[in-house]
Amino acid sequence: MIKSATKTALLLGAATIATMAAAPAMAASHEVGACLITKTDTNPFFVKMKEGAVAGAEANGINLQTFAGKIDGDVETQVAAVETCIASGAKGILITPSDSRALAPVVTQAREAGLLVIALDTPFEPADTADATFATDNFKAGVLIGEWAKATLGDAAANAKIALLDLNASEISVDYLRDQGFLQGFGIDIKDPTDIGDEDDARIVGNDVTNGNEEGGRTAMENLLQKDPEINVVYTINEPAAAGAYEALKSVGRENDVLIVSVDGGCPGVQNIADGVIGATSMQFPLLMASKGIEAIKHFAETGEKPQNTEGLDFYNTGVELITDKPVDGLESLTSEAGLGKCWG
Amino acid sequence: MTQEPILKARGLVKRYGKVTALDQADFDLYPGEILAVIGDNGAGKSSLIKAISGAVIPDEGEITLEGKRIQFQSPLEARDAGIETVYQTLALSPALSITDNMFVGRELRKPGFMGKYLRMLDHKAMEAFAREKLNDLGLMTIQNINQAVETLSGGQRQGVAVARAAAFGSKVIILDEPTAALGVKESRKVLELIQDVRSRGIPIVLISHNMPHVFEVADRIHVHRLGSRLCTIRPGEYTMSDAVAFMTGAAEPPAEATAA
Amino acid sequence: MSEETVSRPKGQDFEASLERSDKRVASFEHNHRGVMDHIQKALHGNPTLVPVIVLVLSVVIFGVIAGGKFFSAFNLTLIMQQVSIIGLLAAAQSLIILTAGIDLSVAAIMVLMSVIMGNLAVSYGVPTFFALLIGFAGGGAAGFLNGLMVTRLKLPPFIVTLGTWNIFYALNLWLSGAQSIRSQDIDANAAALKFFGEAFKLGSARVTYGSLLMIVVFFALWFLLNKTAWGRHVYAIGDDKEAAELAGIRTDRTLVQVYMLAGLVCAIAAWSSVGRIGSISPQAFYEGNLQSITAVVIGGISLFGGRGSILGALFGALIVGVFQSGLKLAGVDVLWQVFAVGWLIILAVSIDQWIRKVSA
Repeated sequence: MIKSATKTALLLGAATIATMAAAPAMAASHEVGACLITKTDTNPFFVKMKEGAVAGAEANGINLQTFAGKIDGDVETQVAAVETCIASGAKGILITPSDSRALAPVVTQAREAGLLVIALDTPFEPADTADATFATDNFKAGVLIGEWAKATLGDAAANAKIALLDLNASEISVDYLRDQGFLQGFGIDIKDPTDIGDEDDARIVGNDVTNGNEEGGRTAMENLLQKDPEINVVYTINEPAAAGAYEALKSVGRENDVLIVSVDGGCPGVQNIADGVIGATSMQFPLLMASKGIEAIKHFAETGEKPQNTEGLDFYNTGVELITDKPVDGLESLTSEAGLGKCWG
Repeated sequence: MTQEPILKARGLVKRYGKVTALDQADFDLYPGEILAVIGDNGAGKSSLIKAISGAVIPDEGEITLEGKRIQFQSPLEARDAGIETVYQTLALSPALSITDNMFVGRELRKPGFMGKYLRMLDHKAMEAFAREKLNDLGLMTIQNINQAVETLSGGQRQGVAVARAAAFGSKVIILDEPTAALGVKESRKVLELIQDVRSRGIPIVLISHNMPHVFEVADRIHVHRLGSRLCTIRPGEYTMSDAVAFMTGAAEPPAEATAA
Repeated sequence: MSEETVSRPKGQDFEASLERSDKRVASFEHNHRGVMDHIQKALHGNPTLVPVIVLVLSVVIFGVIAGGKFFSAFNLTLIMQQVSIIGLLAAAQSLIILTAGIDLSVAAIMVLMSVIMGNLAVSYGVPTFFALLIGFAGGGAAGFLNGLMVTRLKLPPFIVTLGTWNIFYALNLWLSGAQSIRSQDIDANAAALKFFGEAFKLGSARVTYGSLLMIVVFFALWFLLNKTAWGRHVYAIGDDKEAAELAGIRTDRTLVQVYMLAGLVCAIAAWSSVGRIGSISPQAFYEGNLQSITAVVIGGISLFGGRGSILGALFGALIVGVFQSGLKLAGVDVLWQVFAVGWLIILAVSIDQWIRKVSA
């Protein structure tokens, strides 16, 4: 069922791209146009985001075009997509920037042309490059799983041995926010909150990169286990990396005495909570980001008003929930069963 | 000439658009001889050789090998029929060993299970055969039969190519400009090699621009001009200047030479 | 032909004086050969020597720098495991590169086949044996498609496989919905897919069947390339295709077979990758094609075709694995690991170029 939904979304995406040629005509008619530009159209997270945008666009009578880079970090494709969007006369752009800084000039160009630009999921640097950011509080997501891990270990937290499985060598914002959030939640001095790996707490065994997939997660876990076989807490950038880490632990018979925590809330990840692979994960809501984004564009087209940030943050928080089957005192959480009803992908 | 030609062509025509490369060309090669083919550039000499070696299919005319009509569609068919061509480029694989090059496309497999089911090559047998053939032709200055062909000198490579052509029971060997790229000493060795091959009874067609070499080794000289055979002469009866004069049209050949 | 040679009277043998001349053709060079020349010649005769030396040296050096954690039987067998998939892709890549081609689609074929095998066996309940067979057939068919376009349409392999890389990747995402198949679901429905992830203990070493598979595949291909006529033809084609054709090899047919075999090896890698990763991930190995080319190049196989031993690619993959493991255990940041591999590639190609210049 999930698959057929994905395919439908892909087909819808293809259909909207196919209407691109007719885009200038669209501007002439009084329909509001909007664009969704994701990092890739392969990650289920973005597939879900697109679903939300497509549904929102239908409900609000908005003509939506969707674009995606080929891989995470594919800046050129995203730049071209923004340019196409400006040319098509759309009212607004929803974008998950593949590079928080490199896309700034073209985004500024779009805003100067009168478009509302909303960053989804990944904020720009600085965040006010876009008119607004609708995102998960990734730092908070990290803090939640850090606090959970600390509370679960209890007194043993003081002697924990921590492995950090990050995304990749470029240390983009989502990467360091989750990593540093986790460490803060665990009660470790994070020093520079935008720098991964500058901590000197003896409990940290080391960092390695996973590219956010199972293969990378497994290899990274193996390498860190070589450094210190007594690792007992593993932070992972996302759930596929967590699944890979679990396989590595299983191969040396340590799968039952290590805590794995993650961020995302994808359905296979939540299922892995139920199966005891992952201890806890912070769920985010890509569908909400997109549908809220579409509404904001419609509102902007009608009234010229721009969306406001959540108080105390430089972005609009679309929320994050802790999912675990081993709740701890003082931390609100949902069970995996409840999580399966809300998960994406 | 009382003998029958081993390889004979009559009335070959090959046109490329408006250009007629071969215009009713005839050709005769007799058993055991070295026949040189000379002609000015553009005379159609290479078209003639290509027609015989299967590289081009003539529009008209017929070719017979040992009295049997042949029609080649590719150089491979010509080779299978016993007409081996040593191209100017030699068609050797530089990084492969001498043995590998000699046996390309005709490898020997080991007997029994290893050869039949695993298709394993019989390197020992191939090496022994290659060494024997090179020895026969006096080419064993080559130290190591397994060294890559690219480590050999130009003359040695020519030797390997000729040995390959001569090794597998061929009926005719065509040599295209074998000395063109070689120095004086190496050319000498290759000429000796050509005579050596002839002495084994294999007739040779030698295409060359080098008159001294042609006059030194050829038994007869086929002079090609304007797309067809102008005349056939014997080196003992004419000088190099005569040959060049016929080839370039500066002099008419005598009647008995044109009669073939 | 020049005029003065023609006008020379016949009978004057101007080459007679050569009888007394030095008959050793250019042999004087031997007296002047230096140490480097000897090394160059030795490497020319045995191009796998370089990667073997580099591998042994790097193991020793990292053993000193990173200590016992690196130089343990467990870690060394772990490196084998970690390179086993890229190693298999490098084996497939070697086949293509030996023919002077390049295959950018190897990893895409592998991931697509793992998704097909997994979907059939896990989601559609096809018996694992048949799912595997269909995967192998699919790998061969993907290679056949590449080979057909290279030989029939006469397109450069780079372009063909650049195209099929994207095509296979898109098909993979379509079939998988970009969704991983979870380890637990594979265990429940098609445990045999994970066979190559299983291991046996040898002292403290943990050897997976996947590592053994990689070595077996490499030796089988080595046998095929070096001990059969077909293999020698592959080399001849890569060396000089025109010469191979003239020498009597049916080059196009052999090329198609090479691409098919490479596709089959990718499908074998697909099976092994399920065991290695534990799950089936449509997102993994996105750069597997470049990593396989890296292993091949570091292994001393010439990108211009026809030179090098396929075993070099095995050593090349192991060298990359040793570097990554060693640098990590020495606490070096990821970006410097990437940096080091970059220099390894350039160094390897420079050595290859130098070896090729060996004089006669």
